[in-house]
Amino acid sequence: MKEMLTGNAAAAWGVRLADVDYLPTYPITPQTEIIETLARWICDGVMDATFVTLDSEHSMITAAGAASATGVRVFTATSSQGLLYGFEMLYTVAGWRVPLVMVNVSRALSSPITLEADHNDILATRDSGFLQIHCETCQEVLDSILIAYRLAEDKRVLLPVLVNMDGFLLSFTREPVEIPDIKDVKRFLPPYQPEHAFFKASQPMAQGVAALGGPVYSYFKYQMHLASMNALDVYKEVSGEFGKIFGRKYDTVDGCMMDDAVCVLVMTNSFSTLGKAAVMKARAKGIKAGLLRLRVLRPFPEADIRGAIKMTRAVAVLDQNVSVGKGGILYSEISSALYHEKERPLLLSFIGGLGGKNISSEEFEFIFDAMIHAVDTGKVPAPRLLYTEEEWKQMEGLKKMAGKQ
Amino acid sequence: MNQNTSFKRYLKMDLLPTPWCPGCGNGIVLKTICQAFDELNLPKNGTVVVSGIGCSGRSAGYFDLDSVHTAHGRAIPVAEGIKYAIDALNVIVASGDGDLLGIGGNHLLHAIRRNTNITVVCYANETYGMTGGQVSPTTPHNIKTLTTPNGNPDYPLDVQFLFKHSGCYFARSTVYHLNHLKKCIVEALKFQGFSFVEARTMCIVNYGRRLGYKNSNEMLLHYKEFYKINDDAGELAPNEIGIIKTNTLIKS
Repeated sequence: MKEMLTGNAAAAWGVRLADVDYLPTYPITPQTEIIETLARWICDGVMDATFVTLDSEHSMITAAGAASATGVRVFTATSSQGLLYGFEMLYTVAGWRVPLVMVNVSRALSSPITLEADHNDILATRDSGFLQIHCETCQEVLDSILIAYRLAEDKRVLLPVLVNMDGFLLSFTREPVEIPDIKDVKRFLPPYQPEHAFFKASQPMAQGVAALGGPVYSYFKYQMHLASMNALDVYKEVSGEFGKIFGRKYDTVDGCMMDDAVCVLVMTNSFSTLGKAAVMKARAKGIKAGLLRLRVLRPFPEADIRGAIKMTRAVAVLDQNVSVGKGGILYSEISSALYHEKERPLLLSFIGGLGGKNISSEEFEFIFDAMIHAVDTGKVPAPRLLYTEEEWKQMEGLKKMAGKQ
Repeated sequence: MNQNTSFKRYLKMDLLPTPWCPGCGNGIVLKTICQAFDELNLPKNGTVVVSGIGCSGRSAGYFDLDSVHTAHGRAIPVAEGIKYAIDALNVIVASGDGDLLGIGGNHLLHAIRRNTNITVVCYANETYGMTGGQVSPTTPHNIKTLTTPNGNPDYPLDVQFLFKHSGCYFARSTVYHLNHLKKCIVEALKFQGFSFVEARTMCIVNYGRRLGYKNSNEMLLHYKEFYKINDDAGELAPNEIGIIKTNTLIKS
């Protein structure tokens, strides 16, 4: 069955098909449509789950993690400020080793206050222990939720998963989405049978106890890291099985025109669609362009990334985030993935799309030109913020209004 | 009717109209706060307004005063931080019931406990209006919202009871009862200690119309017919508005 669905509605469909038991919720733009859709289905009786509205994201993530620890299937969703408000509990829930699946609808962080997408919110959580899957399309959002439960509930992993989509650009954009048949979903994602972390009256178990002294703490923390690294192989197994059943294949990275690419753009999430269009345009001009979209960000698929780009000449990482005082976060991660290669491409850094700022086709052209120039001269330009002349003029006008010129 | 327009000096008139929907009561609260400022002739260089997140959170920027528009639920600690740093300032929080009583509820409890000398004007519309009309901590039982399509299973928080025996000031009014609302705010501003005004205001677009109100005026007339003024009560009945008189602090 194919329907026109927003990213939010696609997420709700993923949750409905996954037969989730408990939904602690709290509204926040641009995520709210997900929980509204689920609330409606539960009230209409087409979905059997317990839906509760909590008083904040902090209590919501806490309740979600705790419910997950009792051995039921749990879902929740948030965005931006909400993710950060519940941040403390992300580390805690990951430490509980429970298979919670959560959607984050990316939105830039305060302050200044805004509503539109960039990735500082989701990347702030990259070290928490949550696995991360970043989506480009509405179809991918639905499919990734099903994959996420399989991954999280696998006893070689047992870590929570965050599925990410861009606010507005994907959350409120309708695309044709294939809604999988429930029989196929049940084949792929059987009911959750907790083996490790769950509450049972006859077998009392203490969760989240103190582990004072370094050795015990270190042991548990590193166990989490190893489990996350295990998740790379498990992901390949699970996504392979998903591909066989549903005919849609999702690798850890998604390459576009990568076979003979010389200049490669690295991106994540929905702006990659614009990036792919820019690759086609560059190809038409005779540039051997390609795009590598990072889909699984935690665990970091280092070998897959290295394999895809090490033989190219130039790679431009387009970060829609900024680690203030350092620069693009993904640029640093890609750099470290390439460090040990004897032959490696020139690596350029661009920061763009902050606070949902558009990235125009001219800006993509600018990036490809910069890569070609770098290849020709052997020199890598300093990291740059994408900002058009017109945008600069507009900003100057605003500064003038504020008397700050 | 008071035709005095000198309250406008507290507003950035060139920013009007506000971003609120037609029929929203928030503008009335905003204006009434300014009228209360005007009545007390609060100095513009000695008054600060703080808002949290939500429709009413947009208030802060419309005052021609120093203002802060802060994170969801955090208006009270921001206001307390300012007040404790510079005691001479008049610090006013203008924010919504979802913000102040839900995600920021803990801060309210402790501002009451500390009896911090600030004034809170709470735009109480019983819903999360900015996100489109979901159930909030003050939505009445059984009311249908976007996240409770079968009716709210929970009961609303009656904020007056948080103030019982606190030694703080509590008043409730509505956007229909303009003079009363202004009086409640003026008394709150004059109060030495923590003061809280619950200003009942209507959200027709994301709340009232789903309750069956045809327009904003119907909601306003409901306030007129439903609420009775009782400025001498120790406790307000659901259909009463007024200033709680016997709010004495019980010391052990």
